[in-house]
Amino acid sequence: MVNLGVKLGSLELKNPVLTASGTFGYGLEYADFMNLERLGGFIVKGTTLEPRQGNPYPRMAETPSGMLNAVGLQNKGVENFATETYPKLEALDTEVMVNVSGASVDQYVATAERLAELPRIHAIELNISCPNVKQGGMAFGTTTDGAAQVVKAVRKAWPRHLMVKLSPNVTSITDIALAVEAAGADSVSLINTLLGMAVDVERRKPVLSTITGGLSGPAVRPVAVRMVWQVAKAVGIPVVGLGGITDARDALEFIMAGATAVQIGTANFLDPATCIKVIDGLEDYCQRHGVVDIAELRGII
Amino acid sequence: MNAKKEQLILRIDRLAVLPSGWIHIVLVDAAGGQLPLCEPGQFVEVAVDRAPVLLNRPFSVYNSTVTALELLVAPIGRASSKLGEYSVGDTLRVIMPLGHGFSTAPAGSKVLLIGGGVGIAPLFYQVLRLKEAGAHPTVIFGMRTTPDKWICDRFASECPIYICTDDGSEGFHGLVTQHPEFKCADYDMVQICGPKPMMRACAKIASETDTPTEVSLENHMACGLGACLCCVEDTADGNVCVCKNGPVFNIKELKW
Repeated sequence: MVNLGVKLGSLELKNPVLTASGTFGYGLEYADFMNLERLGGFIVKGTTLEPRQGNPYPRMAETPSGMLNAVGLQNKGVENFATETYPKLEALDTEVMVNVSGASVDQYVATAERLAELPRIHAIELNISCPNVKQGGMAFGTTTDGAAQVVKAVRKAWPRHLMVKLSPNVTSITDIALAVEAAGADSVSLINTLLGMAVDVERRKPVLSTITGGLSGPAVRPVAVRMVWQVAKAVGIPVVGLGGITDARDALEFIMAGATAVQIGTANFLDPATCIKVIDGLEDYCQRHGVVDIAELRGII
Repeated sequence: MNAKKEQLILRIDRLAVLPSGWIHIVLVDAAGGQLPLCEPGQFVEVAVDRAPVLLNRPFSVYNSTVTALELLVAPIGRASSKLGEYSVGDTLRVIMPLGHGFSTAPAGSKVLLIGGGVGIAPLFYQVLRLKEAGAHPTVIFGMRTTPDKWICDRFASECPIYICTDDGSEGFHGLVTQHPEFKCADYDMVQICGPKPMMRACAKIASETDTPTEVSLENHMACGLGACLCCVEDTADGNVCVCKNGPVFNIKELKW
């Protein structure tokens, strides 16, 4: 019997597999393909105080072993989430986490305050790293002061687990991680997408309406593993690793590099049952290697 | 429309590369089971594992029964052009059924179906469904040049079909909107699948007579499940997913 259970601070997960925000809708989109309760948890689409229409089409470009997206946080706002979506999720026996974004510190705080009224939401993931919105998002996540400012403010408004999602589009992700830890984060998740760009040479135009977008998928995995390894060495809080995970082997790279949990993102688009295959694959790996507790593998590099 | 979506391993039972280069594929359940039934206008996502691509590819349903799924694919991109290289007996991972398809029509009603290029693919299954409902479908098929006889004959065995070609090599020499049969007032509904400029031109004429009109869009998708929000179209309800709310829309919903 293998113990896949992990703890993010005081938050207990039945296994280390979460879904990455923006790749799993509100979970319900994937209910035909899996028992959602088998997941360690899932992180729902980036949520803002007010509804947002996101960026114009086209928002996606396929690239070698990856994809660029420029969705731009399209969502119906936190009030709609609380009244329409939350009731459909609250009975699920898994951790439902909400990714929170905003254009100002006040908006982040107000969104977190509304979510604090929903007792089954035990964790939020603060998105200070979205590359696809003009204001807020990555603007907060690329300086230590900006990151600390928003985390400090939300920390006062949010009483439960506070995960902060970090941008790789910085000179030193370790400095940002240390800043958000000092500001009160309970965990950090990394990496968000890498800023990228693609050109349609026949039309002589950018592929994306926003010109630049966020790169995800297997192409970013080595960068993500490196950053997780660096951050895990530097901080005392748990690290959640993501970036191009498609199977258990990929997930184990992050765990061995120091991640307590992982998130599956783009791979949900390729095989909607990926998360279950990763969970089963982790168990199989542990059995084959005589690992009793997944924690034995954490940070061994 | 809310049938359970399934991810299945399907076996290629038949595969033919037609004279035009288009690929006709008949897929059956590799385990010998029954397939979920698709509705006309719905689509499937196929993992084209021999192509150098990451994402699955959406293909409209050419025909669907509990024993077989038929696709008709034009070899346009890096994935679709690889499909012709598969052989009978090979397997493909398929997610189905997906999206919101065409409306049906009441018995006795007349429905004009317009296909442009490989946009003809989802219309065959719709013809079968309309006939079963007692409606009377008519098809106008626009192509750059002579279409595959096999496709035209298959439609012709079910309903009237009028061919238009840009180069005049077969049928009417001109656009589908110039064809004498393109008289929307004579029909109770118009349903269109083809290039966006063609659909917009057709829809504009149909709206002049207020004939109910549906079009099938093909915005680039990543997930096909309504999760990634990449394939959005601007509508009366804001940005909605073509893969979930569509691909078939009533033109009154669209802001195009």
